Amino acid sequence: MAARTKRLIVLAAVLVACGAGSTLQQSAAQQPASQSPRRIVSLVPALTEMLFAIGAGPQVVGVSSYDEFPADVKKLPKVGALLDPDTERILALRPDFVILYGSQSELQAQFARAGIRTFVYRHGGITTVLETIRDLGAATGHQAEAAARVRDVQGRLDAVRARVKGRPRPRVLLVFERQPKTLREVYVSGGRGFLHEMLEIAGGQNVFADVDRESVQPSSETLISRAPDVILEVRAAGLLEEREVAQEQGVWSSLSSIPAVRNKRVHFMVGDYLVVPGPRLAQATEAFAAAIHQGARK
Amino acid sequence: MNEAILVDRAHASQPIRTRLALTIAGFGTLALLTCVLAPLVGSTQISLARVFDRSIPFEQNVDAQIFFVARLPRVLAGALAGAALAAAGVVFQAMLRNPLATPFTLGVSAGASLGAMLAIIFGVSVSLGPFTSVPLASFIGASLATALVYWLATSPGRAMSTSVLLLAGVTLNSFFSALIMFVQYIADFAQVYRAARWLMGDLDVGGFEPIAAAVPLTAVAFGLFALLPSSLNLLSLGADAAAVRGVDVVRSQRLAFFSASLATSAAVSLAGPIGFIGIVVPHLVRLMVGVDHRIVLPASTLFGAAFLVACDLLARTLLAPVEIPVGVVTAMIGGPFFLWLLVRKG
Repeated sequence: MAARTKRLIVLAAVLVACGAGSTLQQSAAQQPASQSPRRIVSLVPALTEMLFAIGAGPQVVGVSSYDEFPADVKKLPKVGALLDPDTERILALRPDFVILYGSQSELQAQFARAGIRTFVYRHGGITTVLETIRDLGAATGHQAEAAARVRDVQGRLDAVRARVKGRPRPRVLLVFERQPKTLREVYVSGGRGFLHEMLEIAGGQNVFADVDRESVQPSSETLISRAPDVILEVRAAGLLEEREVAQEQGVWSSLSSIPAVRNKRVHFMVGDYLVVPGPRLAQATEAFAAAIHQGARK
Repeated sequence: MNEAILVDRAHASQPIRTRLALTIAGFGTLALLTCVLAPLVGSTQISLARVFDRSIPFEQNVDAQIFFVARLPRVLAGALAGAALAAAGVVFQAMLRNPLATPFTLGVSAGASLGAMLAIIFGVSVSLGPFTSVPLASFIGASLATALVYWLATSPGRAMSTSVLLLAGVTLNSFFSALIMFVQYIADFAQVYRAARWLMGDLDVGGFEPIAAAVPLTAVAFGLFALLPSSLNLLSLGADAAAVRGVDVVRSQRLAFFSASLATSAAVSLAGPIGFIGIVVPHLVRLMVGVDHRIVLPASTLFGAAFLVACDLLARTLLAPVEIPVGVVTAMIGGPFFLWLLVRKG
């Protein structure tokens, strides 16, 4: 399964938000945190990334099947994911702290019965990401590092805001998934969620800002009528070859009335950092800004 | 439609040629009107004057692009898929002598779905002429399923039996569905979501190439359909009765099976497995024009085209700019209708 990429995030964007989303954060901070956990299992890749970013990496003993970043996770045991968590393997790792998706409420109850503390992931925008980093810091005994990390992300985002201030804000379409080699089943960012917020910070106007959803599947008609000036196609991985990128860019030529297509402003960006709601979102926002304002006068 | 009923009742005693001409004229007008009007309506307001204004270069003419690139291919895809599925429904119902048969009963769509799932989940990006990977894979899946069902129903060396065909098809359907579940389970979320979306049907084909891929296949299927109506009339009385009246039963059944499977495969590879067209349309048409397949088959073809184009019009405008998958719309209309039919028969 080479093609089984870590587009997981998009999952977050598309799936989790719909159902589990906002309801359940019983963060560990609310539970009696007697002492810092020593053995952490994380089923959420974005949160695994946060753990490593705040220096809790050495406490992590198991991760989800989709975890690939940072490189240290590759050596760790994989224990399933959102739909197929392997409770037995998780228990066998003797964790004292398990990070779960909000929808995994049965699993949460199971761990509660086993006396294991849980931390429930809440999916949302950039603020939620930063709050989650702070909460994880508090729960794992890395408050200072977490705070530093949050300041770092906020600082970089502010720097991007300052850089794009006063510049024209082009109308941007952010595509994160579609059928290869055709413009069918195009999934784009709506006006909610971290991708939308990153886009706006990077100095773009999301053409689907009016649709209050994380993901929208517009028809070709809507794509034409929204007339974006810039199209950003982000992919977690998979589209690595130059030749393929050129081919995929060519697909847009059938909608030549879109200004972005006419003016050759369809940008392909590849990398899981672009779509993971984790500590690297500042880096992704910088990349968005660079693409959106490419060639603009300084 | 009402006009068609009146025409039919008034001329029931007329020779078949006249009835056929009147039916085609009535249902043809309906289909044509739907196909002409549908591209004029959408989520965006466009001006027809601008659409056909040659003084604006096409690259800059937003209205023309919406009309020619977004709406027209979509309406044509709807007409083609609707016609193919409705006609295939008529043929399967007659051949299997089962009013609840659909184009998807014999495993064709499950095969197509499995093919499409594999292409989506393994990220296949092979293309062949106007076929891109997902339509190609679903067409191959449908063809393999057709061949497999036929082989099961005729081996070892016995004549094709519709009851074995039905059992083999239904079993294969479940088996493929199980494989689809397995494939989805091992895939990651974004792919599962795309795969699930494919199953809901989509006519936004984004250009004429996908239609160009489906037209030749559908044309062959309809060429074969043209040979069928008289034998279908006799086959629906039962195989023995048909044989007594001089029908080569096995040959006709084989022809019916392969042509309807081909039409279904072409439609599903173009637009996904859009449900209920193949059952709602034939039954509605029978209510209007009676049971003679020489009339029902062409009438269902034309009505199917109009019906799916109309459903897609609802799908793309009701919640614009967000769309409702067209398969959801046909199911919302078709599901209750199907139940009504079932209760009425019972």
